[in-house]
Amino acid sequence: MSKPKLGVFKFASCDGCQLSLLSAEDQLLELAGAVEIGYFLEATSKIAPGPYDIALVEGSITTPHDVERIQQVRRDCKFLITIGACATAGGIQALRNWADCDEFVQAVYASPQFISTLATSTAIADHVSVDFELRGCPINQYQLIEVIGSLLAGRRPRTRVHSVCLECKRRGTVCVMVAQGTACLGPVTQAGCNAICPSFNRGCYGCHGPAAQPNLVSITNQFASDGVPKEQIVRSLRSFNGYAPEFRVEGDRLDASQESGE
Amino acid sequence: MTQRTIKVNAMTRVEGEGGLYLKLRGNVVEEIRLEIYEPPRFFEAFLRGRPLEEVPDITARICGICPVAYQMSSIHALESALGMTISPEIRKLRRLLYCGEWIESHALHVYLLNAPDFLGYDSGLDMAAEYPDEVNRGLRMKKHGNQILEALGGRAIHPINVAVGGFYRCPRRDELQRLIPDLQWCLDAAIETTRWVATFDFPNFQSDYQLVSLSHDDEYPMNEGRIATSLGESIAVSDFENEFEERQVAHSTALHSLRKKTGAAYFLGPLARVGLNTDRLSPTAKRLADEVGITWPCYNPFQSIVARSLELVHAFEEALAILREYQPARPAKINYEIQSGEGCAATEAPRGLLYHRYHFDDDGKIAEAKIVPPTSQNQPQIESDLRRWVTQILTDDDAATARKCENLVRCYDPCISCSTHFLKLKVDRV
Repeated sequence: MSKPKLGVFKFASCDGCQLSLLSAEDQLLELAGAVEIGYFLEATSKIAPGPYDIALVEGSITTPHDVERIQQVRRDCKFLITIGACATAGGIQALRNWADCDEFVQAVYASPQFISTLATSTAIADHVSVDFELRGCPINQYQLIEVIGSLLAGRRPRTRVHSVCLECKRRGTVCVMVAQGTACLGPVTQAGCNAICPSFNRGCYGCHGPAAQPNLVSITNQFASDGVPKEQIVRSLRSFNGYAPEFRVEGDRLDASQESGE
Repeated sequence: MTQRTIKVNAMTRVEGEGGLYLKLRGNVVEEIRLEIYEPPRFFEAFLRGRPLEEVPDITARICGICPVAYQMSSIHALESALGMTISPEIRKLRRLLYCGEWIESHALHVYLLNAPDFLGYDSGLDMAAEYPDEVNRGLRMKKHGNQILEALGGRAIHPINVAVGGFYRCPRRDELQRLIPDLQWCLDAAIETTRWVATFDFPNFQSDYQLVSLSHDDEYPMNEGRIATSLGESIAVSDFENEFEERQVAHSTALHSLRKKTGAAYFLGPLARVGLNTDRLSPTAKRLADEVGITWPCYNPFQSIVARSLELVHAFEEALAILREYQPARPAKINYEIQSGEGCAATEAPRGLLYHRYHFDDDGKIAEAKIVPPTSQNQPQIESDLRRWVTQILTDDDAATARKCENLVRCYDPCISCSTHFLKLKVDRV
């Protein structure tokens, strides 16, 4: 039987999530033996044409050309898996979605007319159907290996959708919000990082995106009653996963109430 | 006279996306462009209005391969603006973090991105079939570099533990010291790596480069110093923008940086660092630099792989020295008072000098940010190299010409994702 063909595609991003694959040093050669790597520009000069059995897609859609390219990737693959906050939520570059992008171009480039970019940075699922989304900025390499391994075995990936809080409890980390009054997005953020930030004495900043059914209003009310200024709460929601629907809706609600002086 | 165009639509084994375009009339190069079409992400624009303490977490996302470099340059610039002096213990831990990043990035580049060019493979993974011991050696060094980053930074990609003023928490002694046995193995592996890559067949290709790197009286440059050049200059980092200037070119989303007064291109990265700081290498790395039969400074870009390997040796040796005497810093983070300020800093990313400048208001919110990554600085030099290299390797076969051009570009380890505010070869034969 022929090996499943893997493609790794990149859109606007920092390369960190595809690097997670190369950072799985102990499994890398085994994995490379189990699949045919058809397209993975960062790792190999050998390029095989599609179709691909599995496409891993990193990065968000920010240019007219990329809108067309993702359609082609979708046509060329059986399973399309997005990896990381850029591909699943637009990434940090989605901060432009609340700003004037022309002004951003002018702030960075002396000759803005040479720059072709969209006014928005959007998730892959906003453009094509996605079979599985792996969250994180960056993704966790063990989750990535689980996702690829499960597809090769023909079963659903076992990744966590509960909140970071459970990982904290499992590690035995003392709650930074309860014990120190540090604002922490752990209760509404999807697990997968192994709750690193609280173990280093800081609050979770939401880099794995929203957990399943998060109660954003409840946590922002808690932050407010702990004395965190509204403007700061909005900013904390608008970061690496700011354009994920749950974070976006609550951030926009608070922003509007701030402007109306409520 | 025949016209000919050679194009590489997407460069491989580099970080990020870009291409090459070559236009030839006969064997004369009419036009050569390194085309960086990585979409712009506008970090300098959206940093404005964010509080200064968020800057290291955000700038880390410029690059997944060298996030520490972005964190370190931004933190040093912000601390300079706040007039802060950090403790020697925190300073040492920051060097340890930088050692971890150099190891992870250099091992990746030497074994998976660059060595396949010298041995005739499409990838490090293909190379593993005939060179299993070597590739496994590279992967193991990379893994232990990542473990330094994880122990100190929380995770290898986008570490979470660095803060303006120091660290959120200093690791316990046992969390760091348990890395020592693996790193001792790695030091030997890095020595073998250097001897191995020094036996590669290097093209006879030299350029009269202007080498540029940080330089420091007492140490191998990583996170501070003055800017040294092979012209014998010593430039304060605060004079960076008087001496180096970014210009926009139509064919690239990365800006091009040149010497401001002369318009000259310059050369950054391990070859420049080793060349300008040979005497500051760790004792084992210094002995090896003499042993490998290269005269330093070296002006053959293909021998960057040797310099990069020497830096692996240095990084393991320095990391071991720091770990052996490690005691957690108290406090882990030095407090500061928010006030308006402006400051700049440069550190040595794995690919070369990385400059940041920030201006923030009374509330500590960023008013202006300027980030000059190593690849935008190397880009004019890469184009200038290609112009000369292509005449030396021009064959009738466009694919072979294109591949040899890519080989040269990869020696620079360009980080395309980083440089946008970078590769495909396209050759027009006219």
